[in-house]
Amino acid sequence: MTISASRPAAAQAPGPARRIQVLGWIAFLAVLVAEAVSLWTSPPDRDMGHLQKLMYVHVPAAWMALLAYGLVFVLSLLYLWKRDERHDLLAAAAAEVGVVMNALALALGSIWGRPTWGVWWTWDARLTSTAVLLVIFLGYLALRAFTEDPDRRARWSAAVGILGFLNSYIVYMSVRWWRTLHQVQSSPETLDPIYTRGLRMNAIAFLLVLVYFVARRYRAARLERAAEARIEEAALAGEGVHV
Amino acid sequence: MVEDREGAALQAIVYQRDAGLAVDVNGIARRFGRKWALRGVSLRVEAGEVVAVVGRNGSGKTTLLRILATLLRPTRGGGRIYGHDLVSEAAEIRELVGLLGHAPGIYGDLTAQENLVFALRMMGRTPDRSAVLEALEAVGLAREAGERARHFSAGMQRRLALARMFLQRPRLILLDEPYASFDPEGIERVNAFLKESSARGAAALVATHDLARAAAVVDRVVRMDAGTLVEESWTRPADTGGEPAAFAVGPGEGRGEWNA
Amino acid sequence: MERVRGWRRELARAGAIVWKDLTAERRTRANFNAVVSLAVLTLLLFGFALGPDTEALRAAAAGVLWLTVLFSGVLAFNRSYQLELENGALDTLLLYPGERRSIFLGKLGANFAFVLLVELVVVPVAAVIYNLPLLRPFPGLAGVMLLGTLGFVTLGTFYAAMASRSRAREVLLPLLLFPMMIPVLVGSVEATSALLAGDPMGDSGAWLRLLVVFDLVFLVASVLAFEHVIEE
Repeated sequence: MTISASRPAAAQAPGPARRIQVLGWIAFLAVLVAEAVSLWTSPPDRDMGHLQKLMYVHVPAAWMALLAYGLVFVLSLLYLWKRDERHDLLAAAAAEVGVVMNALALALGSIWGRPTWGVWWTWDARLTSTAVLLVIFLGYLALRAFTEDPDRRARWSAAVGILGFLNSYIVYMSVRWWRTLHQVQSSPETLDPIYTRGLRMNAIAFLLVLVYFVARRYRAARLERAAEARIEEAALAGEGVHV
Repeated sequence: MVEDREGAALQAIVYQRDAGLAVDVNGIARRFGRKWALRGVSLRVEAGEVVAVVGRNGSGKTTLLRILATLLRPTRGGGRIYGHDLVSEAAEIRELVGLLGHAPGIYGDLTAQENLVFALRMMGRTPDRSAVLEALEAVGLAREAGERARHFSAGMQRRLALARMFLQRPRLILLDEPYASFDPEGIERVNAFLKESSARGAAALVATHDLARAAAVVDRVVRMDAGTLVEESWTRPADTGGEPAAFAVGPGEGRGEWNA
Repeated sequence: MERVRGWRRELARAGAIVWKDLTAERRTRANFNAVVSLAVLTLLLFGFALGPDTEALRAAAAGVLWLTVLFSGVLAFNRSYQLELENGALDTLLLYPGERRSIFLGKLGANFAFVLLVELVVVPVAAVIYNLPLLRPFPGLAGVMLLGTLGFVTLGTFYAAMASRSRAREVLLPLLLFPMMIPVLVGSVEATSALLAGDPMGDSGAWLRLLVVFDLVFLVASVLAFEHVIEE
């Protein structure tokens, strides 16, 4: 019995974009609502004033980055197991959106820090580990950019994604110990509970934004792949006789 | 009862036939980026057969050999080597297959002897000095056993790689342009190796554009062009003088007359 | 019984690669000389950059030492695969029967020995230039060097399997490897600093544990992932 691989599932074009567009509108509305609720219902922080409200965006962005990277991790494992291209394309989409969220979280953290600590950067444990993760996943994207062959690109980035994510907790723990040892100024570990409701709403809104952008990016990748597959089939069928 | 025995006997024949199939692949296609190097190749090679694969550069010969050696995965298609699935049982296939590629794959800073000792250890065998020296003698490198391979000519390096294959004794021999950069003596040794291996039941695929040199040892010729197998023909070996068998692909067909 | 024979064979295969790489290196010494020279030069450059105040230098010494190991050691990893890629030897290695992971472990072992030998030169030189007490903290220091180097070499060997076959090999290896090294860098530098200062707080133990965890996690992960990246 011989195994013959028929046209891979990844080569087929994805479904209509309608559902994603609807999701996009919902996400947009969710963000509006979340911001409205957060800004109107919470008073200025005792110490920070209105600045503390940056946390409403900074914290969910950081969470979403981590979630996106976790997605890359799971999808990379799935890819190496099943060798289904779709997992690879979805992982790449998640990594791209994750990097954007990560950069956003870092920028906001730095902006928050300037008036608070007087400097643009301190070696705060969470901020620093977030920065390291950003560089790790920028490396993931760079690897993908430098690798032409799609099969090799998928396998290599899967390995890098898995190892990168595995390191996330270890990096955080080591930076945290490092800082407590040297007793540099710290950022507040917890936020005033009055912020919780706004934070939760923002988290949900950001989750919707994450899913929306990942879905769009993934769809674009699938369309590209489907178009390439058509060219491949044409090239394959162009000549050749089986004996 | 009689029926059962006949049925069992029939089964036994079929099993034997299948066991004789060194290579049984269908629809092998392989893509590199956008370009298809192989567009659907189906091939059967029996144990003991020596098949020449001819074709221009870029016709896909090397890619086919590398896929059969399990160095590459086929993009489409699949098959079996001595009954083992090409994709899922690649490790088992590697125990049976040997490939002599364009590059000799030897280490310049080690001596000829050390290269072979390393090869034996990588095969999981004990480094047997006498076997190594025997292999070096078989390729005419016995005197250079203690010299660093860096000082060897291209032909000598390939002969060293051939010696490695002697030690390995694979059941499926894949040679990629073995007649290139070999002196006439080297070519003789390659053909002698092919003859001897074929006699003990190993199969061989020889990719070459120099059919004249291979003619003495080859049983069948297939031609490739732009990633497909375009024709097949039987050659008449010099020593039997038998009638060429009918054009056929498939276990046993036509071969019987040959061996008679 | 089949399985026992299996891992013995794999160990022998890995050992063969260690022997081959170290023998080849011993005969040319090309890599070793280059890496050691660069390392000593790096130590000197750091000395110039951080100023002639011996106290300041001593305080920074652990960091300087480990950065030197990272910047010079990284050269070894791509070169280790270059040896195989030059003559098509990688294909030959992949064709031998047996597990691919033994190839990784062999390369890892050879690289580990190589970097340790470099450190054997670099650490005494650093001790001289930066005026460090080496004898008293020696056992702990040896432990840190071993654990830190293992983590570095594990990921270096793994990423180099990809980077060495990429168009952008010089850039890609540091880009992928160095961010992953943060825990090793932090842990090794802190432990080394503590040990050089006599370890008043007993901190070095905790850092050593961190290094052990890092080494275990990434040794296992790399071994498992290797066969997926080493194929064509």
